[in-house]
Amino acid sequence: MTDGDKQRVSFTVNGEAREAWVFPHESLLDVLRDAGCHEVRYGCGEGVCGTCTVLLDGEPVSACLLFAVQAEGCSLLTVRGLAQGAAQPGEPHPLQASFLRNGAAQCGFCTPGMLLTAWALLRREPHPTRERIRRELCGNLCRCTGYSKILDAIEDCRQP
Amino acid sequence: MTETTVPTREGYRIVGRSPAHHDFADKVAGSLLYAADWQLPGMLHGKVVRAQVPSARITAMDVSAARALPGVVAVLTAADVPWNQIVEHASGGLGELAVAMPVLAADRVRYQGEPVALIAAVSPQAAEEAAELIDVDYQDLPGVFEVEAALEPGAPLVHDEGNLLVTWNIGGDAAEVDAAMAAADLVVEGAYRTQRVEHAYLEPEAGVGWVETGGIITLRVATQVIEHAGAIAAILGLPANQVRVISSYMGGGFGGKEDMTVEPYLALLVWHTRRPVRLVFERQESLLATTKRHPFTMRYRTGVRRDGTIVAQDVDIVGDAGAYPYLSARVLFAACVCASGPYRVPMVRHRARAVFTNTPPTSAFRGFGAMQVTFAYEQQLDRVAAALGLDPVAVRERNFLAKGDAIPTGERLDTAVAVGECVRRALDALGEPPRPSGPGRRVGRGFAANMQPYGRTMWFRDRAACWLSLEADGSLQLRSGVTDLGGGQAASLAQIVSEILGLPLGEIGVHIGDTALTPPAGGTFATRQLYMSGNAALAAARELRARLLPVAAALLGTAEDDLVFEDGMVRSPDGSGGLRLAELAAACHQRGVPTSHLGTWYAPTGAFDPASGQGSSFPDYTFGAHAADVEVDLETGQTRVLSYAAAHDVGRAINPLRVEGQIQGGAYQGIGYALGEEIVLADGNATSTLLANYLMPNAVDLPDVRVVVLESGEGKGPFGARGIGEPSIANAAATIANAVAAATGARVTQLPITPERLLGALDALAVETDTVEGGPHAS
Repeated sequence: MTDGDKQRVSFTVNGEAREAWVFPHESLLDVLRDAGCHEVRYGCGEGVCGTCTVLLDGEPVSACLLFAVQAEGCSLLTVRGLAQGAAQPGEPHPLQASFLRNGAAQCGFCTPGMLLTAWALLRREPHPTRERIRRELCGNLCRCTGYSKILDAIEDCRQP
Repeated sequence: MTETTVPTREGYRIVGRSPAHHDFADKVAGSLLYAADWQLPGMLHGKVVRAQVPSARITAMDVSAARALPGVVAVLTAADVPWNQIVEHASGGLGELAVAMPVLAADRVRYQGEPVALIAAVSPQAAEEAAELIDVDYQDLPGVFEVEAALEPGAPLVHDEGNLLVTWNIGGDAAEVDAAMAAADLVVEGAYRTQRVEHAYLEPEAGVGWVETGGIITLRVATQVIEHAGAIAAILGLPANQVRVISSYMGGGFGGKEDMTVEPYLALLVWHTRRPVRLVFERQESLLATTKRHPFTMRYRTGVRRDGTIVAQDVDIVGDAGAYPYLSARVLFAACVCASGPYRVPMVRHRARAVFTNTPPTSAFRGFGAMQVTFAYEQQLDRVAAALGLDPVAVRERNFLAKGDAIPTGERLDTAVAVGECVRRALDALGEPPRPSGPGRRVGRGFAANMQPYGRTMWFRDRAACWLSLEADGSLQLRSGVTDLGGGQAASLAQIVSEILGLPLGEIGVHIGDTALTPPAGGTFATRQLYMSGNAALAAARELRARLLPVAAALLGTAEDDLVFEDGMVRSPDGSGGLRLAELAAACHQRGVPTSHLGTWYAPTGAFDPASGQGSSFPDYTFGAHAADVEVDLETGQTRVLSYAAAHDVGRAINPLRVEGQIQGGAYQGIGYALGEEIVLADGNATSTLLANYLMPNAVDLPDVRVVVLESGEGKGPFGARGIGEPSIANAAATIANAVAAATGARVTQLPITPERLLGALDALAVETDTVEGGPHAS
């Protein structure tokens, strides 16, 4: 492959327009990381662990399973875009604040993916049961917490 | 919400509270930079080329095509390594075989995945392509893949020095133990096997290296142990001060980043190319070739009186070390010390051996040998109870260790032993036993107690340091060479210092894990960091406070003893006078009183005599118990955990939320170990290297772990804390096995407890009950 095989792809990340020249085989994960989105993480490359979760037009996807060219024209949200919805600039999103309050992060490697999956769930379903949250999180592995405090944190953010 | 019981706190300002600290804010924001996230100008991408066979001679290696590939900057083989040897002294000189591990295999391959060559290229793709072009000729050699085969006379040798790495003996000789067994009313025999498992931290092994000003080889890596800088320097043939290791905050470690992972390869590539290099192991590479937990084969004989009192225990443990020593000698020592668990046994004979096989090396993994034995000793006691028709709790209560009792090494326990209370509290936390959810299903309750050391083996003369510096504006810098796996190791130090010096956490800058800039604190392993660096931080804070006090007292015209450090101020108790720490710092400088202090804490030391098996083992132990209700589907053999509770005496919970998190996470990892996780090999070959085939629990697989935190106040860490990182993983497998046996009468003695194994045990039980009156029995 030479640079001549590269294609132009454009999408937005956290509301900001991005453009990149990519090989057709390059994963969205690699392209996002090269573009400085280090919060989108490589954990397995198989679509199993969920550390590379991003929201593609609002839905959680594993960036390691998508070619970058598939994101053409799409709007991407990473965890660093979540706080854009916060009440005050510089404040964490309520879901992030809840993760802190509940001790829902230990090593923190799964945390961005967890937050995005939870955010998408709460937007679709404002009152999920604990069991429903569990099912929604089954594509995001955590090796540190045993999940309980993550579930606590998400429950804390349900609409009353 | 999770049900939790946490004691209330009196007499402390911040110890016992659960503030979220700097690193957690960064983690939740997504702004923390892990080891793989570092980018430097002109950075190359590294790749390790690994052996595809488990036992072979390398007859030829052709790297010319790889070297010629555009974009490839370096291809290194064994010949390019200045000192191609890593020698472990894991027993501290107490008798393991001295076997060197090559950094890159030169002529012989001993496990599938062993590194044979290194590549640095301008892109990951170029490095990948170059790896494909490296041509290695292997001549297969006979291998050994199980410990039993490795111990056979005439077995193929993994190393010319022999297949037996180490033998530990603790307790009496065979004749004494046999005599004690003969005098027992009942002898229960059991054989147990545990499996090879993966740490499976979500952050794969990673790092970035570069050449710093002055030619210093600098590595920023995900490591639990920055002190490997010395070993890296030796490999490169450099003085120790020419290598600097910085530890990034890790995405989990669990012992898997305690040995060197990427470090030697990264250092070699940086040293050869003189350019920045990034090296990240692929997940599949990590599953294939990095260290695993030791599979154990354990044989137990337990002699008891009719009332359940243990009179003798004879234990033989064989641990699979894999192809190289790593820390196996020490893992098997911990197993040997803890093999009888938290019980008084008047006559023990414990033997533990580590044996080489042509499989991926095994080494440190949360629990470190003391956890595998829990699977055995806690099933033994349930079998004793069943055979004698006694209540399993009563049998244990008859035998629990108490403060002042001797353990098999002859040492006396000198802190609280709240193990009985842990059992009661864990069982209570489960509540009413559930009923089966349908026909063909059985419900059962099980529990398991444990003891797990915290702190290094005492003959290692452990120490840790912490350097505190009061800045001109009254803020504080805390520097310590600790590494942070994600358990809040750095944050806890800030909390301890805040307690003594009264600064808000936000005014304490925490700098960790840098061999060049932070005072050495030892690695984060052996559940030692709160104990060691916590005590060092406490000492540093108290000593700095003592230095500041006379200056403050003089300025305020008050007696030193009356002064209170709080809210970033020094106050007289009636509030009549006060100084901001900035004012105090200025006054100190005017008077020539230094405002920084290096505190070093030395752990108590001791000696162990391997010949007699007597002496000092570990500084102290953490005790605990887990309990669970499970439901077994008799048709499918599937085991479902319905409820789970864990109780540990943590001495003092510095940050209760994080203590709970450690316990919940440990229990969860232990349940995964009990029910599903296994690295499956076939004659030394991985049957899969996909994470998809490694069955670690997700959020739907487990119930919430209810946590009971007990605080005896008698630990040897700061404020009476005990370590809790490792202890909480150990009980789960025995808890589940005992619950399954309670539900079905069938005992699964080999992990993991898969549906196939459980159905096999149920079939065996059916045959047995057809032929023997009285149903399931003990041995």
